[in-house]
Amino acid sequence: MVYRVKVNGRVREADVEGDTPLLWVLRDTLDLKGAKFGCGAGLCGACTVHLDGAPVRACQTPVDSVGRRAVTTIEAIGDTAVGRATQAAWLEHDVVQCGYCQAGQIMSATALLKTTPHPTDEDIDGAMAGNICRCATYLRIRAAIKGAAESLAKAG
Amino acid sequence: MMNKPVLNQDFGSPSRRAFLKVSAAAGGGLMIGFGLPISAEAAAAGEVVTLNAYLRIASDGIVTIAAKNPEIGQGIKTMLPMVIAEELDVDWTSVRIEQAPVDSKAYGAQFAGGSTATPMNYDPMRRVGAAGRALMVSAAAKSWGVPEGECDTASGVVRHKASGKSLSYGALAGAAAGLPAPDLSKVTLKDPKDFKIIGHSKHGVDSPLVITGKPLFGIDVVRPGMLYAIYEKCPVFGGKVVSANLDEVRAIKGVKQAFIVKGGEDLSGLLDGVAILADSWWRANKARGSLKVVWNEGPTAGQSSAGFAARALELSKQPGTKSLRKDGDADTALAGAAKTVEAAYAYPFLAHATLEPQNCTADVRGGKAEIWAPSQTPQFGKGMVARVLGLAEADVTVHMTRCGGGFGRRLNNDYMVEAAKIAQVAGVPVKLLWNRSDDLRHDFYRPAGWHFLKGGLDSSGKLVAWRDHFVSLGDGDKFAPSAGMSGTEFPARLVDNCLIEASLMPSGVPTGALRAPGSNALSFVFQSFVDELAHAAGKDPVAFRLELLGAPRLVGQAVDGVFDTGRARGVIELAAEMSGWGKTALAKGEGLGVGFYYSHRGYFAEVVKATVAPDGGVTVNKVWVAGDIGSQIINPTGAENQAQGAVLDGLAEALGQEITIEAGRTVQANFDEFLLLRMPQACPVEVQFIKSNNPPTGMGEPALPPVAPALCNAIFAATGVRVRRLPIDTAALKRS
Repeated sequence: MVYRVKVNGRVREADVEGDTPLLWVLRDTLDLKGAKFGCGAGLCGACTVHLDGAPVRACQTPVDSVGRRAVTTIEAIGDTAVGRATQAAWLEHDVVQCGYCQAGQIMSATALLKTTPHPTDEDIDGAMAGNICRCATYLRIRAAIKGAAESLAKAG
Repeated sequence: MMNKPVLNQDFGSPSRRAFLKVSAAAGGGLMIGFGLPISAEAAAAGEVVTLNAYLRIASDGIVTIAAKNPEIGQGIKTMLPMVIAEELDVDWTSVRIEQAPVDSKAYGAQFAGGSTATPMNYDPMRRVGAAGRALMVSAAAKSWGVPEGECDTASGVVRHKASGKSLSYGALAGAAAGLPAPDLSKVTLKDPKDFKIIGHSKHGVDSPLVITGKPLFGIDVVRPGMLYAIYEKCPVFGGKVVSANLDEVRAIKGVKQAFIVKGGEDLSGLLDGVAILADSWWRANKARGSLKVVWNEGPTAGQSSAGFAARALELSKQPGTKSLRKDGDADTALAGAAKTVEAAYAYPFLAHATLEPQNCTADVRGGKAEIWAPSQTPQFGKGMVARVLGLAEADVTVHMTRCGGGFGRRLNNDYMVEAAKIAQVAGVPVKLLWNRSDDLRHDFYRPAGWHFLKGGLDSSGKLVAWRDHFVSLGDGDKFAPSAGMSGTEFPARLVDNCLIEASLMPSGVPTGALRAPGSNALSFVFQSFVDELAHAAGKDPVAFRLELLGAPRLVGQAVDGVFDTGRARGVIELAAEMSGWGKTALAKGEGLGVGFYYSHRGYFAEVVKATVAPDGGVTVNKVWVAGDIGSQIINPTGAENQAQGAVLDGLAEALGQEITIEAGRTVQANFDEFLLLRMPQACPVEVQFIKSNNPPTGMGEPALPPVAPALCNAIFAATGVRVRRLPIDTAALKRS
């Protein structure tokens, strides 16, 4: 059947089975390739997107469970102040190696910063433990999250 | 510290075979095509192979440089252009980088592996940049009618001091295009103290695209009218399809085609399987649930990790069948030693687990194949596709995409040939995407291995005898891929009586190179056993290693790699100093451990501080890394990122990774069973480099090997328990 999903501020239609994970609706139906497939089991976080601002694993989110909640993906996270600051910090700290996980990392990081503007190391461990970086850029991810928090605090 | 320059491998003098071609660029400006020598292997084989990379200077001063090698996260797409831009003497902000297509005739070797790009390209790329600068100076001097020697350059501008005249490279590019090409062997290179780009951190050139979710990776490729494919292979390596319920599968909603593909015997090529093609990947993958295949599992079904280990133990009791090194008389020296130590070490198979699962998009119609693939060796893939599909290589085009991790997995192109074959049968463009279970269960694993070691110390605690019986995988006298070992691994060449032999057992498990191949496992074994010997000798583990190395000197022959004991001492001493070795008070359950390894032309020593809880749980508190990769760290931010990532990667391997083979198939299917490091385990990693007077070498691999033994040695220091098998069994570390 046709599902109407609000993605990055626009209502989009997808004619798929209800059990189709949001990840594949985004990637293959709506051609938004930012969310990545890594494990298909909610174990790696590469597919992380926001539902009404909360981070979810799109590979474990059937499209029929999304309802009216707003989906935000990496393609639009830069439209928010937190998203912009986080992406800028990622560049500033030169985080990226292969880059495959980084969209998911940024989506988890922005969700953390929205609820916890001054995250401690423990906060970062808790919020980011579900996101695997195979290149292990974790030290720079941690530094970038703190950097983004600082720049947001300065901007008030 | 400064040493004599040493190149472990001769990558060819650029003056011998290199050439430049200068021409006008389309749309105005200057085009410099360059041909350079490639690998020493190719040169030794008498192949005249050149690469024609290019740089282009447009009339607006923008410099475009081709990036010819695959980008797998090692930062090569940023680093090599930095070298050219430095000598060209332009601002980094005026440089643009284009990904070159796969074309061996035009570009020579295009691959990512072995940390080879830096040693192969550093000097040639500098000369190309310098030649471009020389052309600009020449064009300016001509137009002003002044001697070239009175002109200098800065930030893409040629200046004539005496007259105060200046011209930008953009303005000169057209005139320069008509000048003869400079002789690469005679161009003037900058004094490294004047470097403005080399040695100064530059961010990854594609990072702005990565962090905004732009489609860059193989998995992101879309072709008009394409179908999505999965490929079900026999869970037992090399098994054959007997039959499958294709009609049932074809009836599933969204499924467009389903067919059996017959493959060959080569585990790295096309293997038997069943392809399901649907209008979305989700539907194709879901249809697998209804697929029933009758397999002929073949002989590998009888093999297992436990079986290999048992056989290794049997073989250890017999003499080795393959000699790898014999210096002096190890048995006599052991018999006469004041003290001997004996230990058996083992390490498991490991998967690569690139976060982007293997995938490839292919369009094979009208006798031509077009391929989009994340590959570390796209040229090999192109050749294999041509052979398996029965096409001329000229009719196969391969587009390199960014790779979501490599680590050696994408040196093999099995997924490329699968996609190509499926597309050929289907007659429409096809995107093949493996799921995580496919990826973990059809890898080319880091081979498991077993070492039975004896060491002998004289009455002063000096290591006088070393014996290793290495039991590995292979057929007859031939090691399985990446399952071999040279006779020069540390501490060979430093012990007078040294016997290294091997015994091989056949295996049907596909094996291959994993980041720092060989060294990633051998370092654990040898650096742990050296630690055992240090303790047996009653000596400090750092001091024992320094004694073993002796005075700074070169040992070995160029043919199998020269080892510089001075560079080794340098990094060990620096790591000890950084970590406060011997000066730090440690609490109960805490320990410091050291590891040193030389691999991929890089010298690395690492100290780990670890804490072992009463329940045996291991926390790595910090790692100090000292490295020597030559005179220049071309891109310091990239080098530090590689070192930290490699160290954390090595910790993950030691702490929890294992691929288990049962009944000829891989047990682990996803990241709940094959454990990658996560944020809470990522300890601080402090990195320092010694800039020695040696040519710069690569960073993708050599920081990895020392960390596993450094961790295991720290665990010994904390608990008195010696870890002789990876991954670390924390139950054995429990304190009662």
